[in-house]
Amino acid sequence: MTTWPILSVLIWLPCLGAILVLLAGNARPRLARWLSLAFTVITFAISLWMLFQYHEGPGGFQMQEKLRWIPGINTSYHLGVDGIAVALIVLTAFVSILVVAGAWEVIKDRVHQYMAAMLVLDGLLIGVFCAMDALLFYLFFEAILIPMFFLIGAWGGPRRVYATLKFFIYTFFGSIFFLIGLLYMYHRAGTFDLPTLWNFPFTMQEQSWLFFSFLIAFAVKTPMVPVHTWLPDAHVEAPTGGSVILAAIMLKVGTYGFIRFSLPILPDASQHFAWLIIVLSLIAIIYIGYVALVQPDMKKLVAYSSIAHMGFVTLGMFIVYMLARQLHDIQMAQLGVQGAVVQMISHGFVSGALFTCIGVMYDRLHTREISAYGGLAKVMPWFAAFWVLFAMANTGLPGTSGFVGEFMVILSSFTANPWIALFAAYSLIIGAGYTLWLIKRIVWGTAPTQKAASMPEINTREGLVLGAFAVAVLAMGVWPWPLMHLMDSSVAQLVTHLMTSKV
Amino acid sequence: MISLNDLLVLLPELYLTAAACLVLLFDVFINDDQRDATHWVGIIVMLVAIFLVIHGQPPQTVTAFGGMFVRDHMAEILKVTVLIATILMFVMARPWLKDRKLFIGEFYSLSMFSVLGVMLLVSAGSLITLYLGLELFSLPAFALVALNRESKLSSEAAIKFFVLGALASGLLLFGMSLIYGATGTLDLHRIFASVGTTPHPHLLQFGLVFLVVGIGFEFGAVPFHMWLPDVYEGAPTPVAMYISAVPKLAAVGLAYRLLQVGLGPLAGDWHMMLAIMAALSLAVGNVVAIAQANFKRMLAYSTISHMGFVFLGLANPTPEGYASALFYAVCFALMETVAFGVILALARKGFECEMIDDLKGLNRRSPWFAGMMAIAMFSLAGIPPLWGFAAKVLVLKSAIDGGMLWLAIVAIIFSIVGLFYYLRVVKVMYFDAPDEAAEPLAAKTDPALRWLLSINGLGLIAMIGFSGVLYAWCQAAFGA
Repeated sequence: MTTWPILSVLIWLPCLGAILVLLAGNARPRLARWLSLAFTVITFAISLWMLFQYHEGPGGFQMQEKLRWIPGINTSYHLGVDGIAVALIVLTAFVSILVVAGAWEVIKDRVHQYMAAMLVLDGLLIGVFCAMDALLFYLFFEAILIPMFFLIGAWGGPRRVYATLKFFIYTFFGSIFFLIGLLYMYHRAGTFDLPTLWNFPFTMQEQSWLFFSFLIAFAVKTPMVPVHTWLPDAHVEAPTGGSVILAAIMLKVGTYGFIRFSLPILPDASQHFAWLIIVLSLIAIIYIGYVALVQPDMKKLVAYSSIAHMGFVTLGMFIVYMLARQLHDIQMAQLGVQGAVVQMISHGFVSGALFTCIGVMYDRLHTREISAYGGLAKVMPWFAAFWVLFAMANTGLPGTSGFVGEFMVILSSFTANPWIALFAAYSLIIGAGYTLWLIKRIVWGTAPTQKAASMPEINTREGLVLGAFAVAVLAMGVWPWPLMHLMDSSVAQLVTHLMTSKV
Repeated sequence: MISLNDLLVLLPELYLTAAACLVLLFDVFINDDQRDATHWVGIIVMLVAIFLVIHGQPPQTVTAFGGMFVRDHMAEILKVTVLIATILMFVMARPWLKDRKLFIGEFYSLSMFSVLGVMLLVSAGSLITLYLGLELFSLPAFALVALNRESKLSSEAAIKFFVLGALASGLLLFGMSLIYGATGTLDLHRIFASVGTTPHPHLLQFGLVFLVVGIGFEFGAVPFHMWLPDVYEGAPTPVAMYISAVPKLAAVGLAYRLLQVGLGPLAGDWHMMLAIMAALSLAVGNVVAIAQANFKRMLAYSTISHMGFVFLGLANPTPEGYASALFYAVCFALMETVAFGVILALARKGFECEMIDDLKGLNRRSPWFAGMMAIAMFSLAGIPPLWGFAAKVLVLKSAIDGGMLWLAIVAIIFSIVGLFYYLRVVKVMYFDAPDEAAEPLAAKTDPALRWLLSINGLGLIAMIGFSGVLYAWCQAAFGA
């Protein structure tokens, strides 16, 4: 056991870094960049230290910290991590480094504010994954909107103001109902402490209402069909770094909410409405796949593909009930949840990498239109190789991280109902369709314009960022065992918890 | 018989009365160049008053003058906050007043008398002291609004404030006379005791309605909100800051004394009235604020909506409910001082900086003040991790605990609407480019203003961590 508050350090160190970076001021962009890189690297190092401190065997919540916050309403500053949270925290810390490095020369205007926003996001996102108090979770969950609002609004594309207001108000609309749900739970249970709430016997009617109040929040954040419409706008207008954080981490906050709140607190309502989530997930997987196919804008295409991939995550989470409660197949149920989490992590790497690739191209030609590009294989061979690798990971090719999660989810849903598996597997075809077609248009063929033909090859910095993503994608694809082992017992505990009805 | 003990209980108020008179006298004997002396004396007087309030606070509630005056923890919290808000106003107002040749001693003595009124009001144990405090607070406030005699807008605002204020206190007085008629006493505790036994229950309820109307005026809750936007717009900015913070705190005290201490047994009647006013205030305040181009008017409508949140707490007549309303009012007052403080910092001679468009591109022109304003806006919108979030959670919680889930849902739906205009201010500051022809900002701001504003602004972040302490204090004030 550690004696120092490692989780608090993980949360507040980047925030402290943000203050220092802000103090560096507009006049000293170099200092701001190096400082933020230093802070993200140190945070990542500490997150690795935390990973080694975590004992996979017993599972449960470790490295807990508890401080009084507002005793009057029984809420406390309670942190703790299980295997799932550890994996997501390491992901967050890792991607943050790449985002800072990716923005190095790209962001020229108000560098210190950009970097500070990134650092604050880093800290707050880690906070979301650590929180073991419902109100504290909400605090982080909602606070991440502020830096993101500035990122999109200040450094975004031409319609950035529209996109960022839509993003903020849309997500705020979702989460405010979640807040009411939390306060209602407090009214009944008298505490915001999550472990108590997990075991509190809510009646079926209460569970149903609470389920929908949570669903609005998490569905908007995930995003699920039909409340996904903010995502393409936000992605298209966001600067590259904003898109990467948004796709790689922020979307996971929504599905993580399902794991922490909906599933364990409301097992019966979740079971009762599982069909709804499964149907919405399948619509996301298939319909949004088709929508992605017709996008002329690269970022929109990847944004829609993100929604489709998040459909797998929600599918894997809610298929559990059919398996565990109706078929009593615990092993498959665990496989489903595990698949969902693996998919979360993998999508973090893959979508982050894809948005970084798009950013690299955008920096050269200042357009995201697919038709403006072509023949990358000749123009920028190294870059084209990365593109193809990440595209393959996005379609779920075996050997890449994309395959593992999707395969696990499809396998478990096949046991539950072959029809569901059939529809889910259909996404592999559409996914291959839109991704390969994208590759065909931009990597192969010839450059449409002189400018597109003379794009410079990626520099060392870009190569390192993409290389880091590539290593992660391949490592997870070839040897996913450490990740699975990390969360084995946590997932098993979650599934066992779900088995017991509260009513 | 007046005993020494009575006088000791009343010490802060007696002290402030004497000090305000002395400041008035002192100012007569100095010339205009030495006016800074009045300023610093004024601040020291207020600091000493805070010390006397806190230091002399007895652990238990004590009364003086046969129950006319009550000194309890609620009054202590309200008095301290009012004094702090007034000190903030003094410091932030000085450069503004100097630029406009309004740096006069009356500003300080009038403010002190007004604060004295609030201190009496929140400590009132009988209808007489209550009314006395209210009038003592209001009359100097009317004069403060008219401080700038040259400005027609100011005079108009002052007249409106005066006429409507007089109407409100008339209604309140009428209600009080009915209550007196029904119960035969002016003492709030005796009124409480005789509610059940009065032979005229209908008279009592009739009087109650007038009291609620008077309270509604004081808060500026819909449908008694008409005066608020005009007064905010017309009043000199420092006075608008005072009007936005101090009367709201006073009104919480007024509502608690009248409705709970006096007419607690009628809670079944009045809590629904408050709930309806809360819902209307939230709706009207938030929706109309969207249409405002003048920043001060926008803040006025935002104030109206926030009063809806305070009522959310008051409408749950339990110690928890009052504690959350008190917490909200304290938090709100200190958020308003930041929002107005930034305006005061940016304004200079001939430029009021009171339109939202005046803030265009502020981040490029003055990033620090833009940051402070952004903190104030996010806090007013109730976004974590800012203090306004803790306040919002507490009142929503008390509404839900009071069985008014519907009201909580109304509140959050309109707070989504409200989010838009707060975000618009942030958008204007951060995402818009400054106009070419934009008025240049003040070359350098008064260091005292800058420091205090920064402490106040950063405090809105820091206080989220200390919300537990303040809330415990508020709870203790109501014996929860």
